[in-house]
Amino acid sequence: MTRYIIKRLMYAIPVALAVSLICFSLIQIAPGDPLAVVLPADASQEIIDQTKARYGLDKPLVTQYFLWLGKAVQGDFGISIATGRSVSVEILTAIQYSLVLALFATLMALIVGLTCGLVAGYNVGTAMDKVASAVAISGVSVPSYWLGVVLVVVFSVNLDWLPAMGAGINDEAGILEKMSFMILPSIALAAMPAGIVTRSVRALVADVLTREFVTALRAKGLSEVQIFFHVTRNAAPTALTVIGVQLGYLMAGSILVETVFSWPGTGLLLNNAILTRDIPVLQGTTLVLALVFVLLNLLVDITQPLLDPRIKRT
Amino acid sequence: MTTLVESRKKSMRGIPIHVSRGYWSTVWRNLRRDPASVVCMIVLALIFAGAIFAPWLTAYDPAIGSIGTRLKPLGTEGHILGTDEQGRDMLTRLLYGGRMSLLMGTAPVLMALLIGGSLGTIAGYYGGRLNTVIMRTADVLFAFPSVLLAVAIAGALGAGVGNALVALTIVLIPPLLRVTESAATQVRALAYVEAAQASGAGSLTIIRVQVLGNMLGPVLVYSTSLLSVAIIMAAGLSFIGLGAKPPTAEWGLMLNTLRTAIYSQPVVTILPGLCIFMVSLSFNMLSDGLRTAMDVS
Repeated sequence: MTRYIIKRLMYAIPVALAVSLICFSLIQIAPGDPLAVVLPADASQEIIDQTKARYGLDKPLVTQYFLWLGKAVQGDFGISIATGRSVSVEILTAIQYSLVLALFATLMALIVGLTCGLVAGYNVGTAMDKVASAVAISGVSVPSYWLGVVLVVVFSVNLDWLPAMGAGINDEAGILEKMSFMILPSIALAAMPAGIVTRSVRALVADVLTREFVTALRAKGLSEVQIFFHVTRNAAPTALTVIGVQLGYLMAGSILVETVFSWPGTGLLLNNAILTRDIPVLQGTTLVLALVFVLLNLLVDITQPLLDPRIKRT
Repeated sequence: MTTLVESRKKSMRGIPIHVSRGYWSTVWRNLRRDPASVVCMIVLALIFAGAIFAPWLTAYDPAIGSIGTRLKPLGTEGHILGTDEQGRDMLTRLLYGGRMSLLMGTAPVLMALLIGGSLGTIAGYYGGRLNTVIMRTADVLFAFPSVLLAVAIAGALGAGVGNALVALTIVLIPPLLRVTESAATQVRALAYVEAAQASGAGSLTIIRVQVLGNMLGPVLVYSTSLLSVAIIMAAGLSFIGLGAKPPTAEWGLMLNTLRTAIYSQPVVTILPGLCIFMVSLSFNMLSDGLRTAMDVS
């Protein structure tokens, strides 16, 4: 087990390095001069050189990469070209909002997905299964940004129950009012993972129920409730794996939903960086989000055999 | 000829003749018997036909509106689906928008299938060190959540349909690579590939005849479900300003510009997204239907 964990950790390092290389090369594929935003069109050569030196753009590419990487490892992602503020401070502020939203959405997806998946898996072929499966496939297929707009139309425009955008930061609002800002974006985000969890849990439960040990439990005279616990114990590791990976997708995939709701997370930060062609922010945010994703996948891979001893890793 | 005559005689005597069907005609027959798949195929056919024949289906120009007819509701005379924030006919914009959205959703899947599929087949068939090199490279791209990678690449390259297509293709290559690689590896291990090798067939012939033919099923199922993802991502890129540019009609872009009208014409606002949802849902359900019809697990 320890060997497996060490091996998996060692494998994550080259992946993380390669990820950083891809993030670094983003600036190379960007057309035009990244300094065009900060420099006036008639800037003298001296000023251009000075600015280039300030951003480290006067050195060869390989040197630039290692300089950038060295700083990035220490949490320094440079200065935002658009705002002049430190990129890491911007990311740190934004990522808290994305994390809260992603966790809330994951929790929602887990509750809905487990319930629907269990109901459908226990009643394969019945009307209930068909309804749950239809909801699941709709969840998987719905564009989150459109669902967000539809939710705003229904709950903000028509019913006027919930706020349409923002995060309620400046209000001296209570926790409940702050939570109300999170509900619609979380639902929009949760739809897809809820559908995915439903589909995997349904398949899993339907499969577990056909196993011989369930028949044996029934023969022993266990009540359906007791059998239910056996079934869930068997289904839980896979459900957790699915949801762990989905959390990573949500952290990064919230860019569209955050744009709809003007939620001040990493998605909105990325969006603004793209609009202002602020490459250091684009680079830094992409790197941090990708590393979070790598880390979550690592955690999932390590916890899976701990939860389910049947999965033997070598 | 004798066998045919004999079998006819048999069938005339009321004994059913056994007709052996090919694999694909069996799949097609199963698919036709699944009502959900049939509905999905009809919906997709109608939406694709609407996009292709848009100029013949509507008299309006998708780019020209009039201030006098801004934001009319559904059912307005002459504008059955209302008008947008610039007074352009919504039905016309949705039909023309389908051209761009469907192209941006399907083209990257086809390109990724060509690139990822070839690499995956090579990796799976030859195995060994070549496999390791190809698959570890794909792992790096897999380390990125797909939406993030698409947004980052398109964002760095700058807005535009071409750049969005490049970004989407890059993002879709690794999953297709993985599916084709695992399919090719499985087929590779089968006895008849060994038999073909023993009978002196060259690698290219074996890949073309034995390997590709047996990979087609799972790859087709997977690609159909990827079409659903690609449609959502492509329109999403346009939604945040990284794909099609105004005044082009494109569903994601239309959804974004119409958001200003959310309080005055909420129903008109959600129409473009409804189209994305319908296409995506149909592809996903068709993928499920295909999987059942092929009995691919």
